[in-house]
Amino acid sequence: MRIWFQRAFPWLRARSRVPDLVCQQVVELVTDYLEGALSAADRQRFEAHLAGCPHCTEYLAQMRQLLRLAGRLTAEDLTPDMRSDLTDLYRQWRAEGGPRSGA
Amino acid sequence: MESDGDLLRRLRAGDEGAFVTLVDRHNGAMLRLALSFVSSRAVAEEVVQDTWLAALRGLTAFEGRSSLKTWLFSILVNRARTTGVREARSVPVADAGPVVDASRFGPDGAWAEPPEHWIEEAENRIDAVKLADLLRVLLDTLPARQREVVLLRDVDELSSADVCQVLAISEANQRVLLHRGRAKLRQALESELGGAPR
Repeated sequence: MRIWFQRAFPWLRARSRVPDLVCQQVVELVTDYLEGALSAADRQRFEAHLAGCPHCTEYLAQMRQLLRLAGRLTAEDLTPDMRSDLTDLYRQWRAEGGPRSGA
Repeated sequence: MESDGDLLRRLRAGDEGAFVTLVDRHNGAMLRLALSFVSSRAVAEEVVQDTWLAALRGLTAFEGRSSLKTWLFSILVNRARTTGVREARSVPVADAGPVVDASRFGPDGAWAEPPEHWIEEAENRIDAVKLADLLRVLLDTLPARQREVVLLRDVDELSSADVCQVLAISEANQRVLLHRGRAKLRQALESELGGAPR
């Protein structure tokens, strides 16, 4: 229905078009875009801007790179001291009645 | 890898090995999260131990509606916040305005000083260990609430719903904190790594 309408009255579509996004707006929408939180219309405007803007494309690529780097950060391994402390803690809990001691 | 669910069943049956495996799996991330709330390592370790004990004591009450990791993190944040307040580290800082300095755009809103390239630098030219250390340092410079969200979301890779549950914040608030934190990290990486000859 909508497609038919747009085909029949292309001038109407052009007139009602919302203004294009500028770079300064795009960088503020990057997280919403990556989170899938933009409306379909805003996502379209966002992607239309990217298609013509190498700088914002780079900005988004850098954001994705940051996420890759963050996801690769490993946590430190357990120290022997902490491991033995936690094992003690477990045994103490078992001595108190363990799973049957309740909350 | 044995699932958390299977390990929990074994733990409920009184299997110490299951506890050790769970500790090995989650303790590092818990300690990292605790360190984001309290300033000393000793206190952070204490918070983590308290969390494990509370988890053991609450084992029968855990219904598995959230993942074990989310449940453990929620307990930890509750405890760390009480301790953190005592240490008065996390003073809320007003943080508003654009995430990219307005001076980098022209009057028409287009980039005047576009992002400097650094992706290739980060991927190919810098030792992965050095890069990870750099990112840890940069994470530590974020305001506390932004750091907590970025840590849970991007480092521990929790879903946004889980992050909201763990930190007891709204979805909208979470997204704002994430947006500001990520933008600061990107900018910091650009400052550290950008401008190198390509």
